[in-house]
Amino acid sequence: MRLTTLQKFLWAAVAVALVAVGAVFLLVDRSPEPIAQAAFRPTFSLPDAGGRLRTPADFEGKHLLVFFGFTNCPDICPTTLAEVAQVMDDLGDQAGKVQPLFISIDPERDREMGLAEYTEAFHPSILGLAGDAAQTRAAADSFRIYYEREANLEALDGYAMSHSPGLYLISPEGDWLGQFTYGTPASEIVADLQARL
Amino acid sequence: MKRIFATLALIAAAGPALACETVTVGPLEVSQAWSRASIGTARPGVVYLTIRNSGTADDALMSITTPAADMPMLHQTVMTDGVASMPHAMEVPVPAEGQVALEPGGYHAMLMELTQVLEEGETFPVTLTFRDAGKVTIPVTIQNIGASEPTCPSPDE
Repeated sequence: MRLTTLQKFLWAAVAVALVAVGAVFLLVDRSPEPIAQAAFRPTFSLPDAGGRLRTPADFEGKHLLVFFGFTNCPDICPTTLAEVAQVMDDLGDQAGKVQPLFISIDPERDREMGLAEYTEAFHPSILGLAGDAAQTRAAADSFRIYYEREANLEALDGYAMSHSPGLYLISPEGDWLGQFTYGTPASEIVADLQARL
Repeated sequence: MKRIFATLALIAAAGPALACETVTVGPLEVSQAWSRASIGTARPGVVYLTIRNSGTADDALMSITTPAADMPMLHQTVMTDGVASMPHAMEVPVPAEGQVALEPGGYHAMLMELTQVLEEGETFPVTLTFRDAGKVTIPVTIQNIGASEPTCPSPDE
C-alpha cells in the first residue's frame, strides 16, 4: 500500500498531536514539585477562629507543623489531626517549640461549624485558621498544595473537597523544611522534630 | 419524632451490646468495629471494621444502615498524585479466604446526618448487608475523637 501525500500529512499530524497531548499530561501533572533547597518560604495571612489575622511572623521562634484540611472530613483529617495530637504529647517539654496549624480549605463552612472547638477536641495546641476564598487560595498556592471543591450530590451541602493531605514543616525562620506524607507514623515525626529542636 | 424513636431504638439496641464483639454471617466474620466521638451532629461520623472471609467464594459489602445516622454511605479515600479524594464506593470487595479492613485512609463508612452525638465509650449498632452472605449487625465502639486505630484486639489475640 502506498500512502498518498495527504495520508502522510495526516499521519504526521497524528504524531504531532500525540506528542502534544503527552507533553500536556507531563506539564499538568499534579504531583508535588521537587522542593528547592534554597529559601522556599511559604506564607499565609489568615484569621483564626477569633478573627485575629495570623501570619508566620506571629509564631517566630517556633517550628510550624501545617495541615490543610476541612472539619467536615470523616477520614483523613481526623486521622492526621490525631497524629498531630500524638506528636505534641510525645514532644513533652519541647512541645512549646512547635506550633501546629490547621488551615481550612473549606473556610466558610468550617467557621459556621465551629473551627476552634474542632481543633481543640484533638489538641489544645492546634490553631485553626480560616480565611476568605482569596486568602485560602493564596496560602495553598504559597505552600504549593492542591485543593478543589468537587460537586457531589451525595455529600453534605452537595460538595466534597479533595486535597493534598500531608503535614508541612516550616522552620522558625520561615523556611520550608519538608513534608510528612499522609500516614507517616507519629513516632517518625517526633524523631525528626527532636533532631531539630 | 422520627429522631426520638430512632434514638430510643438506638439506646435499646446499644444497651446490652458488648464492646469488641465479633459477629459472623455465613463464612464472614466481622470484628473490631469502631468509630470516633463526634462534636454535635453536624459533621459526618465514621465507622471502621474488619471483615474476614473463610469461604472459597468472593463476597462484597454492599451497604450499611444504622439508627445513628440517616444517610450512611460507603466511601474510599483514594490518593492520586498526592491528592486525596473520597469517591463513593459502590461496594467493598471481600475476597475469598481473605480479609478487608475499613480503616483510616482507605475504605470507610461515612455516617452522614447523625441522629445523635456519638459519645466516647458508648456503642451503636451498624447493620452490614453483604451481596451473598446477607445481613449482620455489629455494635460499634465509640472511641476518642483522636483515635487512629481500634482499641479492641483482633479476634486472634
